[in-house]
This record gives sequence, structure tokens and C-alpha cells, in this order.
Amino acid sequence: MSPRAAWRLESLGFRDVYDYTVGKLDWLAAGLPTEGTNAQKPRAGALACLDVPTCRLDERLTEVRQRAQAGGWNAAVAVNEERVVFGLLRAKELAGAGEQLISVAMRPGPSTFRPYVLAEEMAKTMLDHKLESTVVTTSDGRLVGLLLQKDVVAAAGSKSA
Amino acid sequence: MPKGIDREGLRRMVAAGAQLVEVLPAEEYAEDHLPGAISIPLRHIDAEGAKVLDKDRAVIVNCWDSA
Repeated sequence: MSPRAAWRLESLGFRDVYDYTVGKLDWLAAGLPTEGTNAQKPRAGALACLDVPTCRLDERLTEVRQRAQAGGWNAAVAVNEERVVFGLLRAKELAGAGEQLISVAMRPGPSTFRPYVLAEEMAKTMLDHKLESTVVTTSDGRLVGLLLQKDVVAAAGSKSA
Repeated sequence: MPKGIDREGLRRMVAAGAQLVEVLPAEEYAEDHLPGAISIPLRHIDAEGAKVLDKDRAVIVNCWDSA
């Protein structure tokens, strides 16, 4: 739509026209502020736990489990040096044999959600699919944090109350 | 020919005085739009609709994505 708008403006005599081709989705995915009726509503990115433990593919499960438990977590996210998400370890995966490499133990390619998704939409999705937690990433796959069902349901509930 | 621009370029140009125009339907603009954007839905971009814009300043248009 915006390419057509840009060309149309040129046809009307505008000489310096730019097209932000990746558009509002890119802006929202970066967690940048917006204006409008949804601007103040809670979103996945703001509710996600940014301090979720992370690990590398070549670590042993026992080390990651200890690190997660020390921080009071029963989940960890496998990422690379760019924080691109490769896998998720929830309680079930963390309870596996300790000598396993994370690349073997993890749940690979988990579903991810963008930071701009509204809490009310996330709550419905997570309840419908019985997701206790889910990974929030930027549009280029980098970890933002782990979103917990209890947090998003509480936020959605307080918003609708 | 219109030029593409990325997020950082947009921020720099808006700070320097460029006009930002969201061309999505007004209802979608009302829910969420980039700070400072004005609404001119695509179907309203004509000689009349563009009167709110300054032809001597840069204009950046946006929608959801490139679709």
C-alpha cells in the first residue's frame, strides 16, 4: 500500500518522497512507542521477563539446569551470540539427563511472538493452546524475553476489569 | 522515484522536519500510529487530500509493511 501512496504523491508534484517499506510492523516489533487508542495497552514485550536464563547449544544440560534453578527459573532459552533464539527448555526438558548437550535437550524452533501483540490477544492464545510460557522475539528472531501465562492473564484481566 | 528508508533513517528525517504520513485506513491509524504521523488513507491521496502536506518538505509514507 505504501509504495502506491509514495508514487501517487510523486505524481502530485512531491519531489522528495520516501517509503518506510517495512512499516508499522517493524516499528512495533522494535518496541518503539506509538500513539493511538492501543498505545497504553499492555503488550507482550512489556510483560515479558527479560531476565530469563539463556544458554548456548554446546553447554551441558546439568550446568544450565543449575543456573536456571539458582535464579528460581524452570525454563531457559537457547540462543546464539546474537541472541537469536534456537530453542526453549521448559521444566520437562530441564529435567532430562544432565550430560546431554543443549542442542539435543532443547525443544527446537519454538513458536515466538512479537513484542507488540496486545496482552488480551496473548492471554487468549496462551490459554487456548495451554502455553505456560512463550518466547517473545524481535522480527529478526532476537530474544526479548519469556512471557509467562500468569503475567499476561493478570494484565489482560486488569485491563478488562 | 520514491526512495526506501529504514527505521533509523525515518527517525533522523522526522527529527529534521520530514512529514510522516500513514496511508492505512483511518480506523487502523486510530489504534496505533508512529509518533507524529498524520493520517491520509491511500484512497484519499489526491490533489485535495494532499493539501495538508508541504510540497517543499520531504514526505515519508508508511503502512503495515510492504504488502
